Amino acid sequence: MIAFLKRFSRNPAAVVGLVILVLVVAFAILAPLLYPNSPWKPVQRPFLAPFAQAGFPMGTDTLGRDVAAGLVHGARVSLQIGVVSTIVALLIGVPLGAIAGYSGGWVDDLLMRFTEFFQTIPSFALAIVMVAILQPQLGSIILAIGVVSWPPVARLVRGEVLSLRSREYVQAAITIGQSTPRIIFSQILPNTIAPIIVIGSLMVGTAILLESSLSFLGLGDPNLMSWGYMVGAGRTRLLDSWWISFFPGIAIFLTVLALNLAGEGLNDALNPRLSRGRK
Amino acid sequence: MTGPVLSIEGLTLALPPLSDRPHAVENITLKIAPGETLCVVGESGSGKSMIAHSVMGLLPQAVTPAAGQIMLNGRDVLRLDQAGLQDLRGREAGMIFQEPMTSLNPVMRVSDQIVETFAAHNLHSREERKRRALALLTEAGLPDPERLARAYPHELSGGQRQRVMIAMALALEPKLLIADEPTTALDVTTQAQILRLIENLRRRHGTAVLFITHDMGVVAEIADRIAVLEKGVLVEEGLASEVLGAPKHPYTQKLLAAVPSLTPPAPKNLAAAPVVFSVSDLNKTYRKRSLFGPTREVVAADGITFSLRRGETIGIVGESGSGKSTVGRCCMRLIEPEAGSIILGETEISGLGKAALRPHRKRIQMVFQDPFACLNPRQTIGRIITDGPVAYGVPRSEAMVRARELLELVGLSANAIDRYPHEFSGGQRQRVGIARALALEPDVLVADEAVSALDVSVQAQILRLIQDIQQRLGLAILFVTHDLRVAAQICDRIVVMSRGRIVEEGETAAVFANPRHDYTRQLLGAVPGGAAFETASPRA
Repeated sequence: MIAFLKRFSRNPAAVVGLVILVLVVAFAILAPLLYPNSPWKPVQRPFLAPFAQAGFPMGTDTLGRDVAAGLVHGARVSLQIGVVSTIVALLIGVPLGAIAGYSGGWVDDLLMRFTEFFQTIPSFALAIVMVAILQPQLGSIILAIGVVSWPPVARLVRGEVLSLRSREYVQAAITIGQSTPRIIFSQILPNTIAPIIVIGSLMVGTAILLESSLSFLGLGDPNLMSWGYMVGAGRTRLLDSWWISFFPGIAIFLTVLALNLAGEGLNDALNPRLSRGRK
Repeated sequence: MTGPVLSIEGLTLALPPLSDRPHAVENITLKIAPGETLCVVGESGSGKSMIAHSVMGLLPQAVTPAAGQIMLNGRDVLRLDQAGLQDLRGREAGMIFQEPMTSLNPVMRVSDQIVETFAAHNLHSREERKRRALALLTEAGLPDPERLARAYPHELSGGQRQRVMIAMALALEPKLLIADEPTTALDVTTQAQILRLIENLRRRHGTAVLFITHDMGVVAEIADRIAVLEKGVLVEEGLASEVLGAPKHPYTQKLLAAVPSLTPPAPKNLAAAPVVFSVSDLNKTYRKRSLFGPTREVVAADGITFSLRRGETIGIVGESGSGKSTVGRCCMRLIEPEAGSIILGETEISGLGKAALRPHRKRIQMVFQDPFACLNPRQTIGRIITDGPVAYGVPRSEAMVRARELLELVGLSANAIDRYPHEFSGGQRQRVGIARALALEPDVLVADEAVSALDVSVQAQILRLIQDIQQRLGLAILFVTHDLRVAAQICDRIVVMSRGRIVEEGETAAVFANPRHDYTRQLLGAVPGGAAFETASPRA
């Protein structure tokens, strides 16, 4: 564990990413304390520029709502959707990939064709259709994002399991009479944890982007202030009131970047032999 | 030229901090005269490969030369810059590596790879380069050189690839050929051919050879002089006949004593013992379907029949591709045989479905080849050993108590139970593998090349352990191996396989003393060192 932290901290970009992430998470957790009022509530005159008035460092939007409050509450929504939809995607992708990789033969063929079916449909289009049919609500958005993001997980896990399946310790587990589910769960999957963690951390970033895009198009949950919705709401006044779209845009950018940096760092730290740039 | 081709003076290579020892090698002084073969022998981790790599300037970045010099034809290798090293590589010294699979570029025709060597040193015209490449391949004994020169590496066998490597290493007629375990990955008969080839080329060109190996048999076969390395320290050096005939250092004596003799010990009397395991008419063919062209078939087992008595060890020997491992795995039903019956005790296990087979699995257990891959890196030793009994309904705590006893039985301390596999050496892991197999109290043990990945001294310990356990528990053992020396020591009977068929079968002593089949004779003739170790190892 200490060696892992050491390797992780050797990558400065990853540390920066982690610091940004910790800040975003802290804002999300402290949101009700920092801005106890609903972010939907108009608090000042509309189109107030940043720093024009004390207490409104990011100004107000078209309806006089505090952009900073929206940003902090939006962090909760973005992170929640990013993490939960990734878990949904892992819950679909990991078992499918493990079964396909371990069984091989026609089961593998069938499951992989099924995976490819999802991969050939543009994921954003599918997400839009799903949210539109299921009503834009938190649950349906999470489900839609999860459903369009699992195929890469399934492919990754299948590949890992395929190579682990022929390891001698797995063969040994067969010969000592362990049942197949037990072999998959106790012998194989624990050894695929590292790449799953890495792809998971990167997927949280993609999920946040997807959610933002959906909200931007007005397909977000109408009860939740999200970054994507804020960018979308301010886009008509981009020229005269740039800050309404700009700050949530920066928040999305920084969070996704931080997740990617931290994910890369995790990758290097978890697979020391494959890491790039080391001599 | 009369001086030595290579002279290493007081070479010390420093390992990075936190390694298990401060220096890879310490104060090594070696000389090789023109046309001489110097064998550097040692077990894994002795630093022997580091010496070879340092001569070529191929040390890993973490390893730095701390003292000494390497004079190759009057130039100090350790003080050369990149350009100087590039000029030296190939021209002054050529190198052959262990793994013929990975040491050639897979997307280049083999003749082009030799042409590259000339191109790298700006020698000869295009036409001349091609002509020389072909001549080299011919000299290296590649069959049908005209055609195979245009082949890609994957179209060649391991031995043929190693011939290409040798042709490449000798392309610029270097004064020194460095061979780093060049035959370790090859079958015995191929190994014998490659050794003969190196020997012939050395005679013809007067090339000095620095030969790195762990195999005392190979050493006895080709060395003029021998240097023995123990944990980075040169413990003995001298003429081959002296070192092999009258080793002075205890480590050399230990190494030589660990080489198993080709003379089998007196056979056990097992005529009265009941048959516990038998296989009859086992067939297995691997088919590779191809969209275009005919289906490729490889017959891995064809009409395999044998039976195993309680307390008996049968050795299945053969070269790679002979199907011996397939037979071992079919017995475990890790691979499904196509036809034939496998009878374990009174049960015919070949016809059983997966679920019906599971209760019978505990009676036949396996010890695997690779001590690094055979234990799950994320489980403790205790977990690994107890998983088997737990799968049969024994409570974990009870199984743990038994696991402690088993660890003691296989010569490990009982407190190993909470540790992870990476904390153990190869030999210790193999002991854990044996303990895992024994935890289920099997009647039959299948050992698939169980000692092939181990150093000779460790190998001897594990073989003794297996024999000891067999005596105590009355196990029947099916011992799959390519190493006839090991087979001679441990097996009561031998089954010789070639291309999926049994070509000869009989009491070990009888087969070794009087082989009836040509293939068996060929195998026995190719064992490196031949009878050189008969007096050195009075075991049994």
